[in-house]
Amino acid sequence: MSDGVVASATPAFEARGVVFRYAGARRPALDGVDVVVPEGSLYAVLGPNGSGKSTLLRVLLGALVPQAGEVRYAGRALGDWRRRELAARVGVVPQGEEQAFPTTVRELVALGRYPHLGPLARERASDRRAVEEAMLRCDVAELAERSVASLSGGERQRTRIARALAQEPRTLVLDEPTASLDIRHEMEILELASALAAGGVTVVLVTHAVNLAARYAARLLLLDRGRPAAEGPPRQVITRERIEAVYGWPVAIALHPGPGPDAGAPQVVALAAGDHSME
Amino acid sequence: MRAGPRGARQRRVPPLGVLGLALAIALLASIALGAARLAPGTVLRALLGRAGPADSAIVLQLRLPRAMVAALVGGALATSGAVFQALLRNPLADPYILGVSGGAAVGAVAAFALGASALGAWTVPAAAFVGAIAAVAVVFRIAAGVGRALDTRVLLLAGVVAGAFFNAVILLLLTLTGAGAFRSALFWLMGSLSAASWNQVLVLAAYLLPAVALLFLLARPLDLLALGEEPALYLGVPVERVKLAAYVVASLVVAASVATCGAIGFVGLVVPHALRLLWGSGHRLLLPASFLAGGAFLLLADTAARTVAGAQELPVGVVTALVGVPVFALLLTRRRA
Repeated sequence: MSDGVVASATPAFEARGVVFRYAGARRPALDGVDVVVPEGSLYAVLGPNGSGKSTLLRVLLGALVPQAGEVRYAGRALGDWRRRELAARVGVVPQGEEQAFPTTVRELVALGRYPHLGPLARERASDRRAVEEAMLRCDVAELAERSVASLSGGERQRTRIARALAQEPRTLVLDEPTASLDIRHEMEILELASALAAGGVTVVLVTHAVNLAARYAARLLLLDRGRPAAEGPPRQVITRERIEAVYGWPVAIALHPGPGPDAGAPQVVALAAGDHSME
Repeated sequence: MRAGPRGARQRRVPPLGVLGLALAIALLASIALGAARLAPGTVLRALLGRAGPADSAIVLQLRLPRAMVAALVGGALATSGAVFQALLRNPLADPYILGVSGGAAVGAVAAFALGASALGAWTVPAAAFVGAIAAVAVVFRIAAGVGRALDTRVLLLAGVVAGAFFNAVILLLLTLTGAGAFRSALFWLMGSLSAASWNQVLVLAAYLLPAVALLFLLARPLDLLALGEEPALYLGVPVERVKLAAYVVASLVVAASVATCGAIGFVGLVVPHALRLLWGSGHRLLLPASFLAGGAFLLLADTAARTVAGAQELPVGVVTALVGVPVFALLLTRRRA
């Protein structure tokens, strides 16, 4: 992607030797993870259930403090960031969230301005403009006065992404953004993420959708029981042996037939149970 | 109204203007109505110091301080109720849900049972305040001791359990006490503004107004907290600090209110909830609106308590419940329709 110019710059996220164990757990959820998320590209974190994807995300975002290792954002240790400063740079769309009180789409998106406003400042024209632009970008401007509770799954997810974009972030973190969405809505979100990355936003995508990640991400991190199994461009990470070993199921690897810019991307096809022994 | 960028801000003004007007009217009505009914003109003249000595005494010595206490306490209870609803992420939370009123009641009933109330008018509120603060401390200790952070679900459970314990203590004290103290304690428990004085007004104003202003400052973080703690953190809210501040300040507000007037119910539940149904849950509007509407509501309830049954004054908590609950039920059903 934008390797030549930006690769030498400070990475967005950088984690070294991260170990995190939940209280009472027998094995650590993260057991020595190194990650470098380069600035300005789409980076995907993959792995089976329980491999530590969400834990890694929370550690990168400072919601969980690791027992060992260090995490930096934009070259600065996470503990040195104030939450508002960080939120002015990093927008996050967490997995499912439940609002305690009914809100409209516009109100929800406007909450994304908090890092710039703080508890007291008045909304200025620039704040309202950022909210409108974020809603347009995510195609929810026409839903602005609707109650969030009345939206479909896809609309709700786009609204939450709009909230993160209203933060005007340099880095956007999406946790399972396509879970339980149909093909069109799933593709729309990946296209949006990819367009944002092309525009210079670093997008970190945590997902179960291996094939989508392989088509859209510049680099993948594949986690296996709290450890990185592989890291690199999709063609290097997605191999039959590795996917079978990590996911514990026989697969074949096909190449995306195209047409499209992602023709030739490796695609995982899980095989039906039968007579193929895993090696 | 002019469209354009100022439209959003202007929409916020009318609710507060309407409620401010309602509060002013409620204040005048509560001063005018009573055993001696005064004309609005007489009330205004007395307030300006131009009425006869008898009217002046009624207005300035009796009704005005009582009205001020009602407005302050009603506003404080409704504001802290709104804050507890946001903190616990539960639109049906009320200011007493975390056991503050139970602790205050134990203090007050103990003061009656031990005969301390004979030592002076200040002893019961002081004992109630100490009880309330002790309850806040105990409930917080339980909730914060479970994990590194303040878990609001544990907080809620700790509050409910502590409340049940306090109730048992109150019943025990009432069982052991004599008939006179029993009756005084019972009246205290139902809540009353009849002890209002200028001293009370000054102490309450000096204590409650800054505390309520602090709660107003938490409005925007509370909007974000309603999304859940993790999303709020990622949007830049120092979640643990905001929860702690909201819990401690709202509890202190409730403690002073209950210590002064007893546990007057429903103001802190019905008022913020009704306002949420009317104007949404943006706390920058909701918190000041709750303060104004809570004050007006308690003023009117207290005026009714003083006047509807002739010379016999009703417990104000009975009036707030009798009026508040049907209004609340109506709002709920209208919303569903």
